[in-house]
Amino acid sequence: MTTTPAAPPAARPKRRQGDRIFAGLSRGAGLFILVALAGVFVFLAIEGIPGLTQPSSFYAPQASTFIGYVTPLLFGTILAAVIAVIIAAPLSFGIALVISHYAPRSIAVPAAYVVDLLAAVPSVVFGLWGINVLARKVAPGYEWLYEHLGFIPFFAGPPSTTGRTILTAGIVLAIMILPIITAISREIFAQTPRLHQEAALALGATRWEMVRLTVFPYAKSGMVSAVMLGLGRALGETMAVAMVLSAGGGITFNLISSSNPASIASNIANNYKEGTPGKVAVLIATGLVLFLVTFLVNFAARWLVGRSERRMAR
Amino acid sequence: MSTTTQAPRGSAPTRVQSLQRPRLPRWAPLLVALGAVAGAALLGLLLGWGLLSTGFVALLLFVVLMPVWSLVVENRRAAVDRLMTSLVWSAFLIALVPLLSLIWTVVSKGAPQINATFLTFSQFRTDLSQPVGIYHALIGTLLITLGATVIAVPIGIFTAIYIVEYGQKGRLARSITFLVDVMTGIPSIVAGLFAFALWILLFGPSARAGLGGSIALAILMIPIVVRSTEEMLRLVPDDLREASYALGVPKWRTIAKVVLPTALGGIVTGVTLAIARVVGETAPLLLIAGLTTRTNFNLFDGRMTTLPVLIFTQNANPGIPPPSGGEPPGIGIAWGGAFVLIVIVMLLNLVARVVGKYFAPKTGH
Repeated sequence: MTTTPAAPPAARPKRRQGDRIFAGLSRGAGLFILVALAGVFVFLAIEGIPGLTQPSSFYAPQASTFIGYVTPLLFGTILAAVIAVIIAAPLSFGIALVISHYAPRSIAVPAAYVVDLLAAVPSVVFGLWGINVLARKVAPGYEWLYEHLGFIPFFAGPPSTTGRTILTAGIVLAIMILPIITAISREIFAQTPRLHQEAALALGATRWEMVRLTVFPYAKSGMVSAVMLGLGRALGETMAVAMVLSAGGGITFNLISSSNPASIASNIANNYKEGTPGKVAVLIATGLVLFLVTFLVNFAARWLVGRSERRMAR
Repeated sequence: MSTTTQAPRGSAPTRVQSLQRPRLPRWAPLLVALGAVAGAALLGLLLGWGLLSTGFVALLLFVVLMPVWSLVVENRRAAVDRLMTSLVWSAFLIALVPLLSLIWTVVSKGAPQINATFLTFSQFRTDLSQPVGIYHALIGTLLITLGATVIAVPIGIFTAIYIVEYGQKGRLARSITFLVDVMTGIPSIVAGLFAFALWILLFGPSARAGLGGSIALAILMIPIVVRSTEEMLRLVPDDLREASYALGVPKWRTIAKVVLPTALGGIVTGVTLAIARVVGETAPLLLIAGLTTRTNFNLFDGRMTTLPVLIFTQNANPGIPPPSGGEPPGIGIAWGGAFVLIVIVMLLNLVARVVGKYFAPKTGH
């Protein structure tokens, strides 16, 4: 009784040692992620919370309090991201349908590759293209919109001659989030049960009716979460907006003049150099706000994905 | 046979006609497309439009004409089907336009900038006549990305091992999975602000270092590495693990010698794609690594220019245009840098694809 348990451990210690080290290493790496994320939050809070209550000169010229400072920026962030999503979502669903259902394999495979390629282009290159090519091309278009559709508040003008407006920034963002939405919705479209589709076709449905009746209902929540993830990406994107948008100050839905506020991220990128500790604290505080907003959007998207997965599993 | 067909023979032709609704011929879309292009080209030539607006009008003509013709000859359902088909395809074509324009611009403006001087000289000069290049930014990008990889890859892989092999759906593993999701959503500028805040707190308000950039990029890289590694580890069949345990191999050796080698190809692909994703990140490096004209080899001290930051700043402050006319010198440098950056990213993607193809996990079929 006392001797038998002693024998096996004598042979094992080496194994246990290795196992313990390896398990410890991987658990440590997992815990590190916990610590790192907490660290991000804590350091941003330490440096950012003083930014909530600085003397009013730090919020000048547009505002005198933090709320007044961050509200237009938040508005600009959301406006640019919403424009991007409105443009990108229908296009992405179209592309995803082409790849999953409409195109023959010989076109669908390279097309999917091209969309992935678009995802790999760095944001700063999109920004460079946006300001040097796109903005110049769309400026006459804004002129036209102002002349013919000026009665709509969105196009109230006066149109920017450089084309560096929030609408241009939104278009660039749309091109950037297009691959994300496409990739996710493509995968979900492709997962639609084959039998549902063939049943619809056998009942005499046209291809579009088949898509409408079998693919979309199946993929609905996945499409919503794809759009949300795209929105999250667009909210946090910095460089494209920082380079393209020539920001004004006020909250306005006028999309084609240069009177729209910057986004939070681009405001940080353009102003961090001023460098006085008070200003930096204000900027970090705005970064904290951005973090919270993107977190909420992503959280909602994940929740939707999880819900649809649970429903499919049932 | 003759008796059964006798009765309906008289009415057969009309019944066949009523069953067979008229359909547009197979070449109808092609004809309409040609017509739309021809019409738009005619209008474009008359009114002096550019290539892009002519193409757009052609697309619009097709999207309108095709369903209308279908509505006249076929029925409403077929017309709707044709309308949606044309819309779906035009979404695809419209999305191609910016991609082609982007690649064309970067190649046509960037490629002529590339030469030995551009790649081997920094922007530091003591006299205006000396040539400048992007060597310092290349070195900065290389070192900072390397630093980020060294930090992120071990942490990412070990975290994935914990989630798949040790966590077993425990509370810690689930909360780590959740936090990795949260990390995926961190905007890059926030990662930069974190490194910035850390450096301010530790080394004073004007401290800058490439290492800060590496840390910020690692924060962005870790979730990508964890995700792809996790997926690959789950693909490794349990038979392999159990066979190894049955031979008396301890768990850690099973992971190190059986599981990881099986998944190696996928892991390398994931890591390469993660590098490709962060190598073009600008915002965090702008904040923490800063800008300098000299080549800095020291990751731990001093400002360090990277390619994306160089592109951004050269575009923002392009300098004085030459008296002979043309664009200011900074714009050319920015395009050249963009070309080099895209080439790096595309090469990384290519490597990832090749590795993924040749070392695909052997699933046994």
